[in-house]
This record gives sequence, C-alpha cells and structure tokens, in this order.
Amino acid sequence: MSEDYRKMWEGLGLDLAAHDALLSVLGQGYQQLFLSQKNRPAGMGYFDFVMSEVHGLRVKELLDAKAAGRKVIGAFCLFVPEEIVLAADGVMVGLCTGADFATEKAEELLPRNTCALIKSMFGFKLGRVCPYMESCDMIVGENTCDGKKKAYESFGALVDNLYVMDMPQMKSPQGRDLLKSEYYRFLKAVEELTGVTIDAARLKKGIAVVNNKRKAVQRLAKLRAADPAPISGLDALLVNQIFFYDDPVRFTASVNALCDELEQRITKNEGVFAAGTPRILMAGCPMAVPNWKVPAIVEGSGAVIVGEESCIGERGTRTLVKDSAPDLYGLMDAITDRYFTIDCAIFTPNPSRTEHIHEMKSACKADGVIHYGLPFCQPYQMEAIPIEKKLTANGIPVMRLETDYSSEDAGQLKTRVEAFVELLK
Amino acid sequence: MSGLLRCAGIDIGSRSVELVVMEGETVVHSRIAPSGFDPLASANALLAETHYDRLIATGYGRHLLELAQDVETVTEIKAYARGAGHALPGCRTVLDIGGQDVKAISIGDNGRVVKFEMNDRCAAGSGKFLEIMAHTLGYTLEEFGPAALTAQHDVSINSMCTVFAESEVTSLLHKGASRADIALAVHRSIVKRAVGMVNRVAVTEPLLFAGGGALNPCTRRLLAEALGMEIHVPEAPQMLGALGAARLSP
Ligand code: SF4
Ligand code: SF4
Repeated sequence: MSEDYRKMWEGLGLDLAAHDALLSVLGQGYQQLFLSQKNRPAGMGYFDFVMSEVHGLRVKELLDAKAAGRKVIGAFCLFVPEEIVLAADGVMVGLCTGADFATEKAEELLPRNTCALIKSMFGFKLGRVCPYMESCDMIVGENTCDGKKKAYESFGALVDNLYVMDMPQMKSPQGRDLLKSEYYRFLKAVEELTGVTIDAARLKKGIAVVNNKRKAVQRLAKLRAADPAPISGLDALLVNQIFFYDDPVRFTASVNALCDELEQRITKNEGVFAAGTPRILMAGCPMAVPNWKVPAIVEGSGAVIVGEESCIGERGTRTLVKDSAPDLYGLMDAITDRYFTIDCAIFTPNPSRTEHIHEMKSACKADGVIHYGLPFCQPYQMEAIPIEKKLTANGIPVMRLETDYSSEDAGQLKTRVEAFVELLK
Repeated sequence: MSGLLRCAGIDIGSRSVELVVMEGETVVHSRIAPSGFDPLASANALLAETHYDRLIATGYGRHLLELAQDVETVTEIKAYARGAGHALPGCRTVLDIGGQDVKAISIGDNGRVVKFEMNDRCAAGSGKFLEIMAHTLGYTLEEFGPAALTAQHDVSINSMCTVFAESEVTSLLHKGASRADIALAVHRSIVKRAVGMVNRVAVTEPLLFAGGGALNPCTRRLLAEALGMEIHVPEAPQMLGALGAARLSP
C-alpha cells in the first residue's frame, strides 16, 4: 500500500498497527479462499481489485467526495434506504461487521452472549480499524432486534453522529405507517445533513440508480441456476458484499459485465464445478465481509452454493422500488412498500420468509438448504426451527448450523457439512 | 490366502485410531491405538502392521491422511451408518457417544443416511464429559458405570457444561451425597441429552448404540429405559467407524 494511504488512515484516527494486522489477516484469507479457486470468471478481476483496495482507493474516493461537499452515511442494516441518501447527493456505505476484532474491549460494554455481528460493530469502533466508520458524517442505527436496539444506546456514546431509526415489528397497516413516518424523518435528517432539498426528480434518480444495482445482482442470481454453476458461491457472495460499499454505478456495470461472461459460459456448458455437483442454498443471518467461513467450508466439501437467502443476498435485492409516481409523496410510498417486503426475522409473524426459501430452492435448483445462524441471534435461531420443520415436511433436506466468526469449531463444522453433502449425493 | 480384495478402513478419532481390514464381509484384522499427540503417526503405525488393497479414512483426522497420502475420505456419519448395516442388519438408528462427539443418525430403507445430529463445538455429553466427571469423583472410566449402578438415592445434575457440572458435582459432595448417587446423576444427564438428539432424528427400531460410551453398562441401561426399546451394542462398539469405512472402500 502506498504511503498516501498510511497518511490517510492516520488522518482518520486509525490505530495503524492494529489496522496493519487486520489488513494482513484479510489479505491472507482472501488469497487462500478466493484467488485459489479454479476456473474463476475473468469478470471477478474487478471485484478482486475492489477487495485489494478496500481500505485504500475506495476510502480515498469517499474522502474526495467529502472534500467536494458530499456527505457519507454509514448503515448496518437493509432497512436504511440508499435511494434517499443518493437523492441528496450523499454516499451510502454498508459498515461491515463480519470479523472478530477487539472483542475483549467490546465485552466491556456488551454482555458476552451478544451476537458476533453486534460485537464486531463495537470492536471495529473501539479498535479504531475501520476507515469507513471513521469517514461517516452520519451512522444510522435501527431498532430491529433487541440486541441491536439496546446496543445502539451504548454505541451512541462512542460516536457523535449516530442517528437511530425506529422499526415496526409487525407487517400490519400500523407497522407500515410507522416505517413510512420513519422514512420521512430520515429524509428530513438527510436534507439537514447535506443541505440539499430532495424533490421528486432527485428521488427518482436515486431510485433508478439503486434499482439498476439490484437488477444487476438479480441477473447474477438467475444465472446461478445453471448446472454446471458458472460461478462459485464464494465469488457470488463477494459480489453481494461489495454491493454495500462500492460506487453504485460502477458496481452495476461490473456486475453486468460479469453476467455477460457467465451467459457465455452457460452457452458453452462451462462451469466452476462439474455438472451434477450437489447444490446448496444458504439461508439465515447476514454474512458481512469478511465472514466467509461457512461458504468456504461448504464449497471445500464438494458442494456449490447457488443462492443466499440472506441480507447479504436476495433478502436485500429481490424487490425493486416502483418509480412511476409523479410526486415525492408517491415515491416515498413506493419506497416504503418496497422495504416493507423485506422478510427480516425481526418481524412477527414472518411467513413470507419460509415461502421465499421454498421459492429460491426451486429457482436456483438447490438440492438442500443450510440454515446459518449466529449464536445468540434470537430472531434467526428461533425462526430456523419452524423453517426446518416445514422444509423437511416438504422433503427438502435441511441442516441448521450455528457458528460465529471464530475458527475453533472448524473441525466439527466440516464434518457436519461434509456429511450433509454426502447425504445429498 | 483368499483371492478377495483386502479393504481397509481407518477411523482417526480425537481419542483413538481404529483400523479394520475386511475380505468380503469378513473382518480379518482389527486394531485400536490411542491417537496421542501425533494422530497421523499413530495411524501410519497401525497401517504398517498389515497389508490391504484399498483404504478409506474417516474420523476427525481423516484429512490428515488425505493430505499425506491422497486416500479417499468419508465422514464419520456415513461410515457409522455403513458399519451399522454390518453389525446389525436392518439397523435404522445409530447413537454414538464418542470421545468428543455425540451423534445420532437415522438410516433409510436403502441403508443411506436420512438425517443426522451432531454436537457442535463443545464436548458436553460426550465420552470426555464422562471421563472428567469420573475423575472428579475419583473413579476410573471403567469403574464409573458399574459404580453408578449401585446408587441408592436420587440426586440430579442440571448442567451439561463440563465446567459447571464439575462444580455441581463438587457441591453435591460437600452436601454429603454419595459418590455412587452422583455418578448415577451424571449418567442420567448424559443419557437425557443423547435421547434428545436421537429423538430429533426420529428414532426407529432397531437401534445400535456405538462408540466408547456404549461400553458403559449404566449408560446402556438408562438409555434402554428412556427410549423404551432394546438397545443393540456391537461387539466392538468403538470400531464401527473403521468397519463402515472398510465396507465403503471396495
Ligand atoms: S437481519 Fe434484519 S436487522 Fe439484520 S441486517 Fe438484515 S434486515 Fe437488518
Ligand atoms: S438480528 Fe441476529 S444477527 Fe442481526 S443483529 Fe440481531 S442478533 Fe445479531
């Protein structure tokens, strides 16, 4: 990495030594898991580049955007509408929470039995290793699960720019009203932060950019139905992870270029794994960067992942915002409607998620489903049990896994995953 | 010497390594050795003692051997299911209480695995748990089961975490409970957990009970009581994985 980056990181107040350690672990993991894969599509080159510059060039772009007067808004959850941020010329970045960092420090503020995602959010802040978090003009929290909503109370003391959004728990008309009013409040907050007044034309533009980005990943998701699979699940997950912090227009173009290549592969019957390889749908908790543990074990056990029913995956991308309304109110309604379709496990009851898993299972021609839950994540762990029952009753093989970001259980996990793959053969 | 292929299966577990060699459906050689601190060396030593035409590795250390000499591997789950078919023809459910793992496997009509459960991460409920509790109570592993069968009073252990259970045992001792009574309580808690696992894969008779845990008479009796069915224990319950791997190797 160039000297400029070190200065940039220093300027952001990062702990350089800790940050070096983080980057080296990230780099090694990336090398081992991604670059060593066989028959990778050439189009992954762009995403490899983005990953190699994850704390470099992209952060520099953010800082340049800030210098040009744009505001950077960080989010942890799918419910923060990027459309509104873009409408005000802001930049939205997903703050990744996929690695253990400074866990002991985080545990001074959080109970030990808190999910790894929340601990990671604190660990990255307390360890001063995330240039994205340090670049944000506003960090948006959201009252989803109990863990998160209570965690934001302490997190607010660590950052001076936390904005908390309230969230409904039921998909009722009242729930929708709450979400809509929270989106209006967010729109006001974004306007205040950026000094830009959002009108219908601006919001339409924001909607178009994000819709295009979603359409591109939807296209990718469809291509994975082919057998042999034209792309590995690890690579597809990476694309879905980069969705959250790359420049949206450039990202869209790169995903479409990748899809063009995959289409050619499919015509030529070319794939990353042999035809007939057992196909797995992953469902459950979000897999933020660099949480690649389970997918790496699955694909190292002779199976291919063909879909992610996850926030980093189709839960966040399968629906678009209707952009036909002529005025701001109509568009805000359309945004609310779209986000209200997200079947996060914090909703009760949440039957659409089970339906979605069934739909995806058929669409991506999966042979079995692995439900991934983080320990102490009540919403997803609790939902996993009825989902397993329902799928099993419909003759679909399911395995529930619970694991966090550490590697101490890798041996047992590998045995369980391999045995599941043997069962699908 | 017969003209049949000699098919070997090796199970490299966390506590011991087992090797079985078969000719057709007959076991012609079987050996067990501790895994020690170098399970690969223990495995190689066992392999050097005999000769075979085909080899399949299973168990926690299967990938060690795979890396060292490019042998085929299968998981313990598949190997146990296959071994069970030999030890108990028509077997439909396998419970294995091993050194660090507990697994329950449900087997379909065709001898294939239909569903399985295995403990994740900690060794609660496994042979290791029994061993630590026996040690806390001053028994050897061999004495532990028979001693528990002499219990006179009901006491209970509630924790499945080894560390917590150990302090429960200590505090029961301090309250004056007898060692035998506490030993029974420890066995009860292990069996309760195993039964939960077996029920999750849907228990169907006949059931085979394997792994080191099956050598323990108290565990066997409590399990039969709790499940209300006959429990079959193979002749060498620890060898089931190696036997299954050998059967998979032709
Ligand atoms: S699981 Fe729910 S709360 Fe968590 S990121 Fe996804 S949508 Fe948000
Ligand atoms: S929903 Fe689950 S994974 Fe997401 S923050 Fe809450 S506990 Fe963690």
